[in-house]
Amino acid sequence: MALEMPDNVLITKLDAIANWCRKYSLWPMPFATACCGIELMATGASRNDIARFGAEVFRFSPRQADLMIVAGRVPIKMMPVLQRIWLQMHEPKWCISMGACASTGGVFDTYAVVQGIDRFIPVDIYVPGCPPRPEQLIQAIVDLQEKIQREGTVMGREFEAPERQKPPLALRPEGRAGLPGLIAAPPPEQQP
Amino acid sequence: MPLERSQLAESSAEPGQPQPYLWRMNFGPQHPAMHTTLRLILTLDGERIVDAVPDIGYLHCGFEKLGESLDYNQYVVVTDRMNYLSSPANNVAWHEAVERLLGIQPPRRCQYLRVIAAELARISDHLLCIGAMGLDTGAYTHFMYAFNPRERIYDIFEALCGARFTTSYTRVGGLCRDASPKAIQMIRDFCRDFPKVLRDIHLLMDRNRIFVDRTKGIGVLSKEEAINRGCSGPVARASGVTRDLRKDEPYLCYRDFDFQVCCATEGDCFARYRVRLAEMEESLKIIQQAIENLPSGPVNLDPGYRIVLPEKQAVYQTIEGLITHFEILMPNRGFRAPCEEIYVATEAPNGELGFYIVGQGNYVAYRARCRPPSFIHYGLMPHLIRGHMISDIVAVLGSLNIIAGELDR
Amino acid sequence: MELQGLIESLQRDFPSLSWSEFRGQVRAWVSRDRLFPLLKTLKEQHGFDMLADITCVDYLYYQEKKPARFGLVYVLTNTQTNQRLVVRTFLDEPDLVAPSATPLWEAANWLEREVWDMFGIRFAGHPDLRRILLPEDFASHPLRKDYPLQGLGERNNFPIIRRAES
Repeated sequence: MALEMPDNVLITKLDAIANWCRKYSLWPMPFATACCGIELMATGASRNDIARFGAEVFRFSPRQADLMIVAGRVPIKMMPVLQRIWLQMHEPKWCISMGACASTGGVFDTYAVVQGIDRFIPVDIYVPGCPPRPEQLIQAIVDLQEKIQREGTVMGREFEAPERQKPPLALRPEGRAGLPGLIAAPPPEQQP
Repeated sequence: MPLERSQLAESSAEPGQPQPYLWRMNFGPQHPAMHTTLRLILTLDGERIVDAVPDIGYLHCGFEKLGESLDYNQYVVVTDRMNYLSSPANNVAWHEAVERLLGIQPPRRCQYLRVIAAELARISDHLLCIGAMGLDTGAYTHFMYAFNPRERIYDIFEALCGARFTTSYTRVGGLCRDASPKAIQMIRDFCRDFPKVLRDIHLLMDRNRIFVDRTKGIGVLSKEEAINRGCSGPVARASGVTRDLRKDEPYLCYRDFDFQVCCATEGDCFARYRVRLAEMEESLKIIQQAIENLPSGPVNLDPGYRIVLPEKQAVYQTIEGLITHFEILMPNRGFRAPCEEIYVATEAPNGELGFYIVGQGNYVAYRARCRPPSFIHYGLMPHLIRGHMISDIVAVLGSLNIIAGELDR
Repeated sequence: MELQGLIESLQRDFPSLSWSEFRGQVRAWVSRDRLFPLLKTLKEQHGFDMLADITCVDYLYYQEKKPARFGLVYVLTNTQTNQRLVVRTFLDEPDLVAPSATPLWEAANWLEREVWDMFGIRFAGHPDLRRILLPEDFASHPLRKDYPLQGLGERNNFPIIRRAES
């Protein structure tokens, strides 16, 4: 089918155009608890202007944001708040764990600090440093944009990907007879 | 105008009975106006605050417990993260306390450099406080004006100690490194340019109608209340308490400098803003005097004290230096703190930052208690905002400069 | 008046009072039942109008023998003369109750709540003695020496949110 196309029409995939729109309009929600929050402010301030990368619209309401930047240590009293805010954000959403404390607990290997938020919520990008320099945070945002462009789909299928890989079926309780090398599973627990 | 407390008391018919028109609102811990992780549970009459119950601990990380397992030099890394707007001031406070416990005094050059770093930190802290206060009351441009010189202070810290933000500048009996000529030149340049920034801030905010209306007469703290509630620093000085530990209990070499204690008598948010601005000018004076009279000589204590590590050149080229280095690092041969206890307070940007250290005869503190000014000041919040509107909370909060890292530790 | 002289003059009313000095800082020891009268006297008659700090030390594993396990520390400040006085008292288990200083200083309110939170020492007469830094359902008092630094697993005790569930 021959179709005359004018020069100013481009053909692309729907996914690609959606990703392109998404990646340049990230609205971060600063979940700034501690020192990294000040560097996050510095990233937004005049010298390291985060607006150059299309991510300057800081929204403190989780329902209006699609990128959560967890900046700072997350103690046990804060973790339920963090999870609740993550659940309030709408898809598509991403999470940057900024700084050593948010990623691993950092120097605070104590009773009160969660040793890495990725134990309890999903994280896309980790930024090392204590605290990271603003340039590092900008690099993280650029990396996230690249990830969105490469992997994103209109329907958000990439978020389901680990779940589609169904775990292998469990062996039947009595074991599968005739196959060598398989150990019979323990009998189901007795119900009291 | 804020309601008087007696009016509020009259309006509640029976004490103890909840009024149908009083309602409760949760404010924080994740809220645009709460710059850090603070929370208030407000009881409101329309938009007026009848009562507020602060809830803190959302950033409690066990600093004091950590201080019982890190040695006196390692713990300085943790003090950086207390008041993270002014890390060098915390470093200086911690090692001032440790050195008082050990009974040593660092050399003159070290004292001068510590004063410079602490005063730069004070400027940086006050700049962010004033900027955030403007941001909360609707002056975003002002925030940018205040944040820009902070970047220059970060550059100076980077030249002084290699990190722009969490500095870990001090060591027991010295500093992590001597100031290079380039750093000194940067400080001189900063002293030359900073008065213009201050002038800009004065011009932007002092007669700004919105800012003045939102801060004058808000959150008034009387002098008696300020003393009784344990306030210190700019919050107390704005209420007329003429107390500045740099003058009253001189530590380091603050006796050498000519500066004034800035006070106001109104005790409201605007007074706190003015006191902070005036303090920045005094800090600048101190820095100028210190940088021009910077003594020569070593920055660290003599290695003979067995406290500070010797120079790297001596370690690599002489056997005595190598042995000294090795011995200081050995847990059973390094310096030992006496089995004694001491409370030492210094004037941090927010107020009296005290450390209560219990030594146990070795290189680790048995108890490293920190007396944070923010903790005391946040306890004032219900008292200051009672009877005001919701929108006044942010002005009061900005003027108190609550830092959650220091508040919860 | 010099602090040493002040304390010696107070010893007539407070026979259990003793004092020591370390690097210029005067510490006064007093028994628990005389603590509140001593603080009241110091505040109302001797001008110690500001309470800088209340804290506590757990001497469970301390090298030197102490008379009891917990030592309370009150740092008082005279804002006129800039003198500091540290008032100490000892408490032992199981009777961990001290008189509250909130009638004298408002500042004591949160400081005492923190001591209760971290050490489990109750203050009789405190208006609102709740946990302040840790969650209400936290079971231990973490700054006691028999509590481990890494905790008892409180920090691992959260539901896990996976990508597909959120």
